[in-house]
Amino acid sequence: MKIPLSWLREFVELTETTDELRAILDDLGLVVEGMDYVGEGLEGVVVARIDEIRAIKGADRVRLVVVDAGEGPLEIVCGAMNIDVGDHVPLAPIGAVLPGGFQIARREMRGVTSNGMLCSSRELGLGDDHGGLMLLDDLIDPVVGVGLLEALSITPDVVFDITVEGNRPDAWSVEGVARDLATRLRRPLSSPLLAETNSDTTSDSFASAGIDAPDLCGRLTVSVLRHVHVRPSPVWVAARVQSAGMRAISNVVDASNLVMLELGQPTHAYDAAHVAGRTLRARRARPGETLETLDGVERQLATTGRGLGDTGEDCVIVDGDDNVLGLAGIMGGAASEISDATTDVLLEAAYFDPMCIARSSKRHALRTEGSNRFERGVDPQLALRASARFVAILRESCPELEWLRDPLDVVGTLPTPPTVEFSEDDIERVLGVAIASDDATQILEGLRFKVGVSGGRFTVVPSTARPDVRSGAAGSADVIEEIARLYGYGRLPRHTPTWPEPGGLSERQKLRRRVRDVVIDLGANECWTPTLGSDRDFDFLRAGVARVRITNPPASDESVLRPTMITGLVRVWGKNLERGVGDVVIAEIGNVFTHPDATTSARMTRGGVGGALTLALPRENERLTVVLGRELDNAMTAVAYWNTLAKRLGLADVVVRSTQTPVVGFHPTRVAQLVDRESEAVLGFVGEVDAVLIQDVVDSVPSRRLGLLDVDFDALCDTSLATRRNEFAKVPSRFPSAVIDLAFVTPRTLHAQDLAFELRGANECVELVELFDVYQGANLPEGTRSLAYRVRLNSDESTLSEKDVAAARRQLIARAESLGATLR
Amino acid sequence: MTSSPLANLADQTAELLATIADLSTIEQLREAEPSLTGKRSILSALQKSFGVLAPEDRKEAGAQLQEARRVVEAAMEARRRQLSQLARAQILLEDGLDLGDVVVGDVRWPASVGHPSLIAITQRELEDVFVAMGFTVSEGPEVESDWYNFEALNIPPAHPARGLWDTFYVDLGEPETVVLRTHTSPTQIHLMEAAVANDSLPIHSVMPGRCYRRDTPDARHLATFHQIEGLVVDRGITFADLAGVIETFTRAYFGPDIESRLRPGYFPFTEPSAEFEVTCTICRGVGCRTCSHTGWIELGGCGVLDPAVLDAVGIDGNEWSGFAFGFGIDRCAQMRHEIADMRALIENDTRFLGQFS
Repeated sequence: MKIPLSWLREFVELTETTDELRAILDDLGLVVEGMDYVGEGLEGVVVARIDEIRAIKGADRVRLVVVDAGEGPLEIVCGAMNIDVGDHVPLAPIGAVLPGGFQIARREMRGVTSNGMLCSSRELGLGDDHGGLMLLDDLIDPVVGVGLLEALSITPDVVFDITVEGNRPDAWSVEGVARDLATRLRRPLSSPLLAETNSDTTSDSFASAGIDAPDLCGRLTVSVLRHVHVRPSPVWVAARVQSAGMRAISNVVDASNLVMLELGQPTHAYDAAHVAGRTLRARRARPGETLETLDGVERQLATTGRGLGDTGEDCVIVDGDDNVLGLAGIMGGAASEISDATTDVLLEAAYFDPMCIARSSKRHALRTEGSNRFERGVDPQLALRASARFVAILRESCPELEWLRDPLDVVGTLPTPPTVEFSEDDIERVLGVAIASDDATQILEGLRFKVGVSGGRFTVVPSTARPDVRSGAAGSADVIEEIARLYGYGRLPRHTPTWPEPGGLSERQKLRRRVRDVVIDLGANECWTPTLGSDRDFDFLRAGVARVRITNPPASDESVLRPTMITGLVRVWGKNLERGVGDVVIAEIGNVFTHPDATTSARMTRGGVGGALTLALPRENERLTVVLGRELDNAMTAVAYWNTLAKRLGLADVVVRSTQTPVVGFHPTRVAQLVDRESEAVLGFVGEVDAVLIQDVVDSVPSRRLGLLDVDFDALCDTSLATRRNEFAKVPSRFPSAVIDLAFVTPRTLHAQDLAFELRGANECVELVELFDVYQGANLPEGTRSLAYRVRLNSDESTLSEKDVAAARRQLIARAESLGATLR
Repeated sequence: MTSSPLANLADQTAELLATIADLSTIEQLREAEPSLTGKRSILSALQKSFGVLAPEDRKEAGAQLQEARRVVEAAMEARRRQLSQLARAQILLEDGLDLGDVVVGDVRWPASVGHPSLIAITQRELEDVFVAMGFTVSEGPEVESDWYNFEALNIPPAHPARGLWDTFYVDLGEPETVVLRTHTSPTQIHLMEAAVANDSLPIHSVMPGRCYRRDTPDARHLATFHQIEGLVVDRGITFADLAGVIETFTRAYFGPDIESRLRPGYFPFTEPSAEFEVTCTICRGVGCRTCSHTGWIELGGCGVLDPAVLDAVGIDGNEWSGFAFGFGIDRCAQMRHEIADMRALIENDTRFLGQFS
């Protein structure tokens, strides 16, 4: 909220510079987001009268204006067209420095000398108008040569723009901020001028008030004000309201706004002539009721709640005929609005249940200055004090005003401030430092908390302005925070704790780092593609499968949680190609999501109000997806890429098995499964990106193959699925190896890498088996191809004899034959 | 009366359908198209012959012809789909490759230099700092129930404090019960619940992760972003320990001449709460545009665990106390590398990615 320094000074004496005050406010948690200097730089600006306007030869955008600012005629070049001879305007003479640091100098323009500048209101920081010069005749009775500040009765001021945290409804007012400052600076806090009733007539002889929903409306006070004249506010009231960023409207409305800004209590003024029975009652709205609020919107009341925790309730103010006048605490209706004809006013100052206001305000999508304050909690004892302040302000413009005695004050259910108990030790237990009882007491009393200290124990009752203070252990945390806040966080000690438990990464986190390192070593750029995509992104893949949708997407391309990263990565590749840098490998490690209805491994978790239910949430599957987009890349480079990755990750026996089953996103005839032979688990897929997907995602379609690797990182982390190499290191034999080549004619159903694994286990001397040639030709039987392996044999005990080699060879062939292969 | 030009329409349509069925390649179809449904087709010719009809008959004839055209065009489309599927199947068959048969030693692959994502590097550096300080690293899911993301953190349903987070709701039936986590804090709750269930307190852990807020991205904010959260639950933990951890971290990560300070803030799950700021890394505390001439940059939030949160997870606040803190990983990256516009982080332009190692 915007708070002028001059307003704060009415409550507390402040001798600090504005920068010092800013630092103090920041340190109190009242963060100053900005400071506006009102009237700064206007010291030299004077009122000038226009005596002559002449055209300048050759210029059609500027004219020569002759003015008098009390010291004879001055020639000034001016571009404004909204002026006539005789007008009074602000003149910034040579040497003046305007707000923003603009220095006025003598200038030559079009061969004419300009001796100063005539200003618009924006140039002076006095308004937003930049359509022409500021015309003073509209505002005041101008006198030539008088300083502008004096002429406009402007006192230079600073306006702090303060962010008020959600737990500080009390600080959403000038008095609240001043109270914090007074407490921190140990200075007295003044009270504003309050009015007293000035009538022998009692309020209940003129009006009545009642509460039918005591849980929603905790207090309803109604003051009766007679002989009101609706007219413009006095200058200082209008200026105050404007300085806080609101518009000045009329004395009644401005008084209401000023009281809200100053004390934090929203009030509502009704024209008594339009309130049936001069009665105000607070009750629950009934289903089917409607109200046209002041913003002209017809609102359905008491509708079914939307979302968690919404009861659907609305609290309304009704008149004596039970007609709805307004949405309590949020916005009034048009019918009983104050008008120029109003003479009798019913002033409502109330306390409404914060959660009720919060729910209604959210459901009706109607946030007002009033609802913002009520939903955080207005001081329930503030209503009549605020009314007295309202009357004091209104009386300045309506001296004849009559405030009937004994204002109506109906009480419903009001929150009782808790009694919070804690010890000096508790303060130290939370803050890590002892704070003297006297200091703590001084702080809490400054905040108007009731404090009793006895034997090192505090008994504290918070001010009614502080509904954020809870009871029990939470309450003592709240009070201790206040002590710390006013004491100053910067004065609290620091201590870096240590503990015996070791820190470190989990196996999963270590594996992820290893995967990332290897993937990058192998030439990939790591990307971060969007988690949210459009339906269209995933129509090609996963058509017909339930999608995880966002209820409130800001745009249609952010409405679905990605079921795969392939689409996103191919798009990234395409974009880079367009930029001329498409010769890249790109990769991402991230989560993909499966709808709980479409998976057997939905995540079961606590949910619902109070965490009382068990909910099935989407499966989150962490994957590694790599798109190989360099010029020579294809399915084969993807296989080679995977091969290296698998070795570096220490995977013991994963094989690449081509598959006939289509895998979404992959080229249907260039895709293979990555199978762990031990567990038979599929750890992922390798192949090429489906050309149709590339066409779908990339605008300018190049005819290029993209290698693709998509690995289930969750499965990789599970050693029962992804078998690891034995950790025992084998020392290589000192004896020379024998190498033999074997070529087999094998049925297509026998995968080359499976056969290699089998051969490796056929004889204990086998050190390495490597596929080195694949031959498929017409001279081979249908459905077969020839696979040629190089086998390296070795023994730890001796150099292998020819006999040993021959025996091994026989065993290798026998093993291959048992799988349907024949030696070629 | 002249005989209607549409007298033979049924036969003519049947003939067209037969011709379409006979087309055997997509190229044939493309060639035949003008004579079957286009300007040179019998259908167009019939259209032109309507001149001989009495005006009152034209509407009826038009409708008949329209229907015939619809049938023929539908058949054409169906055949086109069929043929292109056949063509694709043929291409795929010819293109087929048994990837199990790849002779890896023969594969020639182009060289390229890879680069890690800036976020991953930053996250790793942050994790390493905290691991060195004795923290473990924990992770949690991105889709959370309202309970974990809000209520267990002392933010009840419909509470105005929820306005602090613009939330993406996930549509799984009941409205507003499932969210994309708006912060990493729900992972704290999972950790504490697990520690209570396994009787494994204390906790000293940091929790990095991806979070979501329904914001319009700008130079300083992304709707998807990364946070790292810290949680300590142990005996005798105080606000001083929190301030000390923040200070040690600040110097370890940003350098010895960067300081931290705390000022009061509000988070429903901590009390006392604080915002923490570090010396502006651009001007080193002198004051510049980036830090609004204050010399300080706001980095994150922190505080002593609120008793209500300990209560929600069943931790005895008389025995245990703790603190939590959290800040943006992306923001740290932005500060360290002086990235003018955060959106560069999600552009995935390899010219940008290639700068980090």
